[in-house]
Amino acid sequence: MLHQYLPVLVFAALGILVGGAFATLNLVLGPKRLKGDESSAAIRQMDPYECGLPSEISKTFRFGVSFYLVAMLFILFDIEVVFLYPVGAILKSTDSVFVLAEVVLFVALLFVALIYVWRKGALDWR
Amino acid sequence: MPDLVLGLPLADTNFVDATWIMIVKSLVIFIVILSLVPLLLLGERKLLGRFQQRYGPNRVGPYGLGQPLADVGKLLSKQAFRPKGAVPFLYEIAPALTIISAVLTLAILPFGDVQGDVGFYGIDVPIGILYFFAFSSIAFYGLLLGGWASGSKYSFLGAMRSAAQLISYEIAMGLSLLGVVMMAGSLSLVDIVKAQGEVWYVVPQIVGFLIFLVGGFAETNRPPFDLPEADAELVAGYGTEYGGMRFGSFMFAEYMEMLIVSGIASTMFLGGWMGPGPPGLDPVWMLLKMIVLTIFFIWIRATLPRFRYDQLMSFGWKILLPLATLNVLVTAVLVVVT
Repeated sequence: MLHQYLPVLVFAALGILVGGAFATLNLVLGPKRLKGDESSAAIRQMDPYECGLPSEISKTFRFGVSFYLVAMLFILFDIEVVFLYPVGAILKSTDSVFVLAEVVLFVALLFVALIYVWRKGALDWR
Repeated sequence: MPDLVLGLPLADTNFVDATWIMIVKSLVIFIVILSLVPLLLLGERKLLGRFQQRYGPNRVGPYGLGQPLADVGKLLSKQAFRPKGAVPFLYEIAPALTIISAVLTLAILPFGDVQGDVGFYGIDVPIGILYFFAFSSIAFYGLLLGGWASGSKYSFLGAMRSAAQLISYEIAMGLSLLGVVMMAGSLSLVDIVKAQGEVWYVVPQIVGFLIFLVGGFAETNRPPFDLPEADAELVAGYGTEYGGMRFGSFMFAEYMEMLIVSGIASTMFLGGWMGPGPPGLDPVWMLLKMIVLTIFFIWIRATLPRFRYDQLMSFGWKILLPLATLNVLVTAVLVVVT
């Protein structure tokens, strides 16, 4: 049964091979360090990209709360999609109005949720 | 015949190849797509050149055919580099993650039906299209980790943008394929192609097709949805701090994903491997459809300007999502009634 998933392992191995090679080849083939190791250019090279003033950057700096909101909405609606897939796959073979009614009811409920979120202004990017 | 488990029919995938055939065909599919990627890179630059009334690359080799090789050579000879604020392990693993995810997704593309002892596809499993969504979503971790671990604000903003964009359009994309799944009654991509014997699903599912294409542009960060790497405001988005072949990995994965999205669109809507001629030509038809769709991606890049970020988000949530939902409802009713 699981035997048919074997190619996944082959593709995974190929992906790791290529990805790993791309990520490490520069260590082997590229120049090891900048000329004149102690020069200010060699030190400045390690700075993150910045335009103009020196960068004052830390990994914990803040970002807009809108991103967080989008992530929450995504979980809500993506679960809707995931739940619909199994039902969608059997809809034709069962051919029953009951299953159809279930689908329509489920989607309608989430559509109401979408309209609520929309009216609340959560879909407007700020 | 469909298996009956708990009284419900499941997508049947009775045919399983011999082990060595599985390994060989995986290698063949991988090598074909791998060699398509540099050609695609060159093709894009050539076409963009023509769209802008210039020649494009034509110095390296005949017709500039050596250009991708020269590019790779240049990228490989760069210094391996990590900026000061970067998180060591994550910074290095992020580009590899995007490549692994793209290569894994390749396995699902069907290039033909079972012929003799060989199924012309990587895998044909009951979960089918969910496999595509599962593995193409992993690319998202590559971008997000890469941008976050770089320790640069341009990278970080680019990563957050691409994360929000990817998840917003993934919902509409998932719903757009649901119509096809309902009509075919199966999740297996091979079964879905076979179900298109009479009419390709692009005709009854034209709305789904268009939504999927738009979602595909957004998922692969292609223009007009290339906000994460908007060069005018974010330098290069999540890739700002990357150089050499690590930067190349992101580009490589982007082009591979473009091919994969084209492949899925061909499979779900354009009849997959179907075309005139003997069954031996099936993989050729599939590749041809993929390449035509990819050229369409390039054409759009030359034609449309970039979205503004708030336009992008409201387009995804306020237009595509309701439209895709309606498409699903109408399809569901039509499938049961007819």
